Amino acid sequence: MALKVRPLRLCTAATLAGLLVVLAVTTSTQPAQPTPLTLLARDGRRTLPITLVGDQEFVALDELASTFQLAVREESLGAITVSFKGRTVILTTEQSLASVAGRLISLPAPPSRIAGKWFVPVEFIGRAVAPIYDVPLDFRKPSHLLVIGDLRVPRVVLRYDPIGASARLTVDATPRATSTVSQENDTLTIRFDADALDAPSPPLAAQGPTSLVQSVRLADPTTLVVQLGSRFAGFKASSEPVDTTTRLVIDLSSTQTEAAPPTAPAPDLPPALAPPPSSIRTVAIDPGHGGDDEGVHGANGTKEKDIVLAVARRAKAAIEGRLGVRVLLTRDDDRNVPMDERTAIANNSKADLFVSLHANASLRRTTAGAAIFVAAFDAEAVQTAGSGGGRVPTFGGGSRDIELVFWDLAQTQHLGQSSAFANILEQQLHTRVPLVAQPVDRAPLRVLESANMPAVLVELGYLSNAEQEKLLASDAFQNAIVAGLTDAVIRFRDTLAGGGTQ
Amino acid sequence: MTQRILAIAALVVAGAALAWGLFVVLTKRGAQPAGNAAAAPAPTAPPASGRKIKARLYYVAEDGIHLMHVERDVAYGEGPLEQAREIVSAQVAPVSEPLVSAIPVGTTVRALFLTEGGDAYVDLSREVVSGHTGGTADELLTVYTIVNALTENLPAVKGVQLLVDGKEVDTLAGHVDLRNPLGKNLAWVQ
Repeated sequence: MALKVRPLRLCTAATLAGLLVVLAVTTSTQPAQPTPLTLLARDGRRTLPITLVGDQEFVALDELASTFQLAVREESLGAITVSFKGRTVILTTEQSLASVAGRLISLPAPPSRIAGKWFVPVEFIGRAVAPIYDVPLDFRKPSHLLVIGDLRVPRVVLRYDPIGASARLTVDATPRATSTVSQENDTLTIRFDADALDAPSPPLAAQGPTSLVQSVRLADPTTLVVQLGSRFAGFKASSEPVDTTTRLVIDLSSTQTEAAPPTAPAPDLPPALAPPPSSIRTVAIDPGHGGDDEGVHGANGTKEKDIVLAVARRAKAAIEGRLGVRVLLTRDDDRNVPMDERTAIANNSKADLFVSLHANASLRRTTAGAAIFVAAFDAEAVQTAGSGGGRVPTFGGGSRDIELVFWDLAQTQHLGQSSAFANILEQQLHTRVPLVAQPVDRAPLRVLESANMPAVLVELGYLSNAEQEKLLASDAFQNAIVAGLTDAVIRFRDTLAGGGTQ
Repeated sequence: MTQRILAIAALVVAGAALAWGLFVVLTKRGAQPAGNAAAAPAPTAPPASGRKIKARLYYVAEDGIHLMHVERDVAYGEGPLEQAREIVSAQVAPVSEPLVSAIPVGTTVRALFLTEGGDAYVDLSREVVSGHTGGTADELLTVYTIVNALTENLPAVKGVQLLVDGKEVDTLAGHVDLRNPLGKNLAWVQ
């Protein structure tokens, strides 16, 4: 398989090990230096420098051209053409739009000229170069990774949960990748059947000195090594497919006798091919806005960001107290959390429910009442997510099945459960707080779309209405909302235990 | 053989030049309506002369959480692109009571593009963000005012993506996803 990338310097070894590549995000000692983009191909790895202009990441157009053998030409009248094998992208220097083989696409920013060189937003690679290129380009912005060609590079996410004196290490690989676990002295080695791993560095944050797992590192492109603590006595590993993920669960036992029974029941493995949670172990609550993003301002100065944080804190205390489940807040103080980070917190913590809290505003001053939103996607997006991949050729011949769900569409897998929870919440709220006429609705809300669990957005009421503004700030109202939310979580958990709610 | 290669190369260059020329002309022309939109009279007082079409424009309903439509005279535009520009310019123009517009006061149309696939890109001035109340309900109405005004009146328009100040945005006020074109949704209309 000949790739059209320029031969890379690292690629002379002919063995498979030499062909394998790894994403090792180097932690820079200079915080001002943005993380470069890592390019992974069959024949090696290289990096592409990133230049920051404001918050936007750019790459030099001439670097892209030499990497992908693109022809770049600056025209008069402020246009740049980028061509590959007769297919052309036309950029204008003043607009954040480009024509890609005749189709118009948008970019987060126009091209930027720095020291005589043209730079384009990194999104240009996925949106403009990929459509005209003859080898698949998989651009993963959060990992600063560009996968060139049909490589199997699963995203690997680790989670460590102490359970009494023992512990559980959960390793999710998406798309699915099988692995083997073996013990060598005081380490466990996890080898994946993949070409490389897309894992954070380090894969797991350092644990305390008495922890059963001390640290996890990437030993080679497809191998994780778990450093075990001195209390380690044995392990049991099992794996199950869950959605598009292979979930590997390693239960670690300790030489210590159980000091106390765990406060929460040991988490069960989700049943095979059954994405909805069978129980509620973790709830993520997302107080909207924060910091310089104050959200809606009431007529008398009440700020949305303060109301939703106060309600979220009360909800955490109530739900943890009554249900004994873990409640995560996406923010617990007055700061702005980027939209993607809010769902990432819930996804990475394997939350079973995501509730985003907001307060509303209307241009009609008398509009009043709470509302509950479930994500809406257009039919095409749901179809794309539902089709879930297909067969792709593999290196060395043959083919294999893959399943892919775009993060932006993760919620499409949970819409039934989200609607079920929304309806339960409406029932619990309608005797407690004022609601709008049709309290459950669907809308393309950004914060819900990448939540990989049942998710709703609750609008507590209208701060644009002076009476509602006073109401929302009151203890009585906030306690009533929290009581309704807590009862809804209990009922939702009961319906899940009783065999589903679709 | 060499002549054939030269001929193919010439064709490729000519094709690229044509596409680029069209694109540049499109974008340069796209900037034109900005001035017109700012100066466009309110739909309550349409200009006396010139050809008109009837268009359905959207305003905030009495309940504050839906839109309602009003039939208006809008200047005729030659072809879907010009007509789209006329409709959006009329839609963002200020209105007086009892109508309430979900488009923040001061918002103008900087440019409008239409792709072959039927996606309209509507580039609005920054007032659409800075003048916004910030509520989810208002944000939905702002977005679907433009989306529905174009998709309902122009069958050629299948989807609408809003840009702000020439740039792609995630949302206007932190809620409604604007990263892709949105299709017509009359569920927000009474």
